[in-house]
Amino acid sequence: MKIVTFKTASNEKIARNTYEMVLSGDTSGISPGQFVNIRLDGYYLRRPISVCDYGPGTLTIIYKVVGGGTQYMSSLRPGAELDTLTGLGNGYDTKISGERPLLIGGGAGVPPMYALAKRLISEGKRPAVILGFNSADEIFYEDRFKALGLETYVTTADGSCGIPGFVTDAMDLEYTYFYTCGPEPMLKAVYQKSTTSGQFSFEERMGCGFGACMGCTCATKYGNKRICRDGPVLTKEEIIW
Amino acid sequence: MVNTSVTLSGIELSNPVIPASGTFGYGYEFAEIYDINILGSFSFKGTTREPRFGNPPPRIAETASGMLNAVGLQNPGIDKVISEELPRLRKVFRKPVVANISGFSIDEYAECCERIDKEDCVGLIEVNISCPNVHCGGMSFGTSPESAAQVTRAVKAVTTKPVYMKLSPNVTDIAAIARACEEAGADGISLINTLMGMRIDLRRRAPVIRNVTGGLSGPAVFPVALRMVWQVYEAVKIPIIGMGGVSGAEDIIEMMLAGASAVEVGAANLVDPLASKKIVEALPAVCERLHIENLSDIIGGAHHG
Repeated sequence: MKIVTFKTASNEKIARNTYEMVLSGDTSGISPGQFVNIRLDGYYLRRPISVCDYGPGTLTIIYKVVGGGTQYMSSLRPGAELDTLTGLGNGYDTKISGERPLLIGGGAGVPPMYALAKRLISEGKRPAVILGFNSADEIFYEDRFKALGLETYVTTADGSCGIPGFVTDAMDLEYTYFYTCGPEPMLKAVYQKSTTSGQFSFEERMGCGFGACMGCTCATKYGNKRICRDGPVLTKEEIIW
Repeated sequence: MVNTSVTLSGIELSNPVIPASGTFGYGYEFAEIYDINILGSFSFKGTTREPRFGNPPPRIAETASGMLNAVGLQNPGIDKVISEELPRLRKVFRKPVVANISGFSIDEYAECCERIDKEDCVGLIEVNISCPNVHCGGMSFGTSPESAAQVTRAVKAVTTKPVYMKLSPNVTDIAAIARACEEAGADGISLINTLMGMRIDLRRRAPVIRNVTGGLSGPAVFPVALRMVWQVYEAVKIPIIGMGGVSGAEDIIEMMLAGASAVEVGAANLVDPLASKKIVEALPAVCERLHIENLSDIIGGAHHG
């Protein structure tokens, strides 16, 4: 964990209720699948947001406006400073992905797939990507994944774009391993449909985000785990479903 | 040169700042970002006889200037705390630690306290009597003077270290409960635990927290905590550890003026992992500004006559 004061470089709407925020500051120690925890003026608890992309001195996050805190975030202008805890959570383990891992992101679970895709590509792997949304106006980053040269499938629940249905309707592919992040019903459906081992990234209401309060604990086959510290990534083998 | 040291039942602390139980784990997460030996002490995660998962999630909710938690005493149980956590804790914290003990029966309190009393690293025992009494229809031990006194007597009978009873604020007369603990032999009083509250999710039309209610902490509770420390100071002669919504060095002074000999910092650690460090570091300058040479001189200093 690091405590970093980031400066907002840009903060733009990229889909319905969805914003992309680029931050400038120290990104050392961040890895794909981790999250940052941002303090907002007027709100007591920090807002945990997954890492979408990062490079030296630049961090990109994507968030959905779901309440007052994220509404406030969407109003921040370039130059605004954000007190942020970085390097939180275990992140994805890419060593065991095989040659052709499948990345499955749903809605607010899409962003962490981007940093992961870049990491896997840098390791010489050829990931395929499935991005699930409710409708066409919620789609974001399809072009970004395609620009990485990846085979990318988009599904929409209302059929307004791409493959009609859910991410599981696009999963009949050959893959060596999978990584997924999204709402829990989606994760459960992926768990059922998947034919290989894989890693799931979870969400839970958190107090601190760094393992002190035990607010986000879940039970696994290998004992209690704090989603914020021992997670948010759990393997298929340890999940109790 | 300001002297920030205080004494709790013969144990000298270099300063009165003690991270509160349940907000500091066993210290490891914080030891990664600062040397926690600068703290007066810290109170480790509440420990019960059996391992506990706690309540089902979600167990955290945000409130105005605070938060609700319904963690439900998640802990690995006294066996593992003694065999695994304390040896690890010892590596990051060399001062006497506060052992926070909880229980669901008088026997459980006595057994856990008797065992933790034998651990060298433990300076004093803080007994949380806010848990429901399983032998008494689920009423919390801390809600009646009689049951609070029963726990105190049972624990004092099997321990040699100072015993501080941690009181619940969810009562009609906290002074009466503090007095009952003192008469039963308690060495000190620690207060307040969290205030019971709830939030409702408007979209789901259901409580945010799965357990329905949770304990409120954070700056929102500070005035309530301060008032209760004040009342308990007037009611007992034994030392008080004050806590509830403390977020800065000025709050420490305020708690001490109300009657606290030492002060715990809780929710603030979760929002800012450096909160306790910042308070310890700010304290000497704040004392100087307020013309305080010996911090222990101001304990109860706002009670005149």
